[in-house]
Amino acid sequence: MALAKITSVSGRGVYVPGNDIDTDRIIPARFMKCVVFDGLGEFLFYDVRHTPEGVPTGHPIDKPEHKGATVLLSGANFGCGSSREHAPQAIHKAGFRAVIAENFAEIFFGNSTTLGIPCVNATREDIAKVAAAIEANPALEITVDVAAREVRFGGDKIAITQRESARDALVNGRWDAIGDLIDGLPAVQATAARLPYMAVA
Amino acid sequence: MSAQPKSLFEKVWDAHAVRTLANGQTQLLIGTHLIHEVTSPQAFGMLRDLGLKVAFPHRTFATVDHIVPTNELVEPYKDNLAQAMMDELRKNCAQFGVTFFDRASGKQGIVHIVGPEQGITQPGTTIACGDSHTSTHGAFGAIAFGIGTSQVRDVLATQTMALGALKVRRIEVNGKLRPGVYAKDVILHIIRLTGVNGGTGFAYEYAGSTFDGFSMEERMTVCNMSIEGGARVGYVNPDETTFAYLKGRPYSPTGAAWDAAVARWRSFASDAGCRYDDVMVIDAADIAPSVTWGINPGQGISINENIPSPETALSDDDRAGIIEALAYMKLPAGQPIKGTKINVAFLGSCTNGRLSDFQEVAKYIQGRKVAPGVRAIAVPGSQIVALQCEKLGLDKILAEAGFEWRAAGCSMCLAMNPDKLIGDELCASSSNRNFKGRQGSITGRTVLMSPVMVAAAAVTGVVADAREVFAVN
Repeated sequence: MALAKITSVSGRGVYVPGNDIDTDRIIPARFMKCVVFDGLGEFLFYDVRHTPEGVPTGHPIDKPEHKGATVLLSGANFGCGSSREHAPQAIHKAGFRAVIAENFAEIFFGNSTTLGIPCVNATREDIAKVAAAIEANPALEITVDVAAREVRFGGDKIAITQRESARDALVNGRWDAIGDLIDGLPAVQATAARLPYMAVA
Repeated sequence: MSAQPKSLFEKVWDAHAVRTLANGQTQLLIGTHLIHEVTSPQAFGMLRDLGLKVAFPHRTFATVDHIVPTNELVEPYKDNLAQAMMDELRKNCAQFGVTFFDRASGKQGIVHIVGPEQGITQPGTTIACGDSHTSTHGAFGAIAFGIGTSQVRDVLATQTMALGALKVRRIEVNGKLRPGVYAKDVILHIIRLTGVNGGTGFAYEYAGSTFDGFSMEERMTVCNMSIEGGARVGYVNPDETTFAYLKGRPYSPTGAAWDAAVARWRSFASDAGCRYDDVMVIDAADIAPSVTWGINPGQGISINENIPSPETALSDDDRAGIIEALAYMKLPAGQPIKGTKINVAFLGSCTNGRLSDFQEVAKYIQGRKVAPGVRAIAVPGSQIVALQCEKLGLDKILAEAGFEWRAAGCSMCLAMNPDKLIGDELCASSSNRNFKGRQGSITGRTVLMSPVMVAAAAVTGVVADAREVFAVN
């Protein structure tokens, strides 16, 4: 299974401020009543984008100047809580192709990487710098250069960090492990044979 | 004895490591795969798209929990989407040869309650489930991971997933808990200390005399909420309490195989002198009945403390967090949390939906009444828990007090079924998450606490100290 090598992502950015943005907020549970992931994009951040009466609240991702943005910026511990892959699926289906945050909750990070969405860490000051540049010019192109470990915008750039295994998987086109895991099946059988509880009863 | 002492995490990891992948991650064998209706349908869809089978169907077990109505037993359910998910799981299990603990089996329930009660959850094993509360199973000395749907696909197709090793933090709690303090308070206390992301990158080893004295159900309550502190995995070393719980369960080994299994399970416990990446030590006497006041499980206080105020914040982040939480919770800064009016009382969930939870509540609520205007529901975590409670008459005691006794499921913990808060109702809840909108209303408010504290709130109509309400001492 040939996967794209995701070395960099470029596009407009949108900043969604806040720490500890949990996956219930990214995609509320009621939208998980589905047997396919299609259509989740429109429900991204739904309950903060709308009042209880369904009136748009003017959330950053709904602002006309941010329509079509592909780079999402946020705060610390992004994606905490529920393991629902529906969260990165919604982010992806809403058009985002990279997330920059101070740091990420672990399960969310893994789920996103498996979908080929780079999640990269930057300092709070640097995120604020990019956010300010976006605010000044929403059409500014932001380049998340996974391979070079930097984000470039206008004439400026900031450093980013990322767990090495994820960076390797993205830039070498092996972010979805299924192919490698299947290749290992004979070795899996051997490992299973050493574990009594794996035997067929 | 020249071998390097190892932690349980390292031993289980080593026993299940298949090989190292090109990006440096480990292909890890997942011995037991638990699935449910919400995070598995897309995974089965991916299998079909790729033309793959389930590699070890005898090691995959399914149940239905998130979407099942708790007051509607007959299908088709009124909610077409819920019925569609139910049908999909049934079809997938039949087609791929997976055991399904359907409602008709009498063994259905919340996946993290079903695994242990069937004896499927065993020490020294690896477990994965598309649900972040999979850490619950660590109570048995298993390494149990919450995973996303693509990883559910990976485990179905190969019985493995790609993972990097975790660091291990030993959290030692020593001494006897004070009267009226429960396992739920222990984990709320830990999360308050670490914050909601202090556990990122760690597996937690819970230890110390408090854990040694805990029942399996108490250990499960603590391990369950590891993820709320950011730790994907939490475990307790297996001991006699573990083995006694497992003996005679449907999937437990029998005869000579039982003795061999116990010897093997025992060998997985962390060696004395093994290395930990971090150690935390907590005195059980420092833990009080705890409640949350905010919008994440780290925003907790003991019942006699005041709600934090932005002025007393320790940092800018803390201040912003307090302001955001108080605005959502509509709670007054600096005032006692005790006396906060509640609208709903919820007993249940994978954190606190087991027999001992209902027993403890019944002990205190017998002869008392839920306060007027409070909607109270009690939702057993599984059909077996329901039956155990009903045999002891606990359902009647709860019903007599004014709790609606429901059928098994996740219910109002995440409100994917019809059990939801309405408007900005405030719920005293024995569940695990107080996120914005978590209980089904986008302005609904959740205060997390132990089941007995929920009972105290239910009978007084306000957030209360159960020790006072029920004269616990």
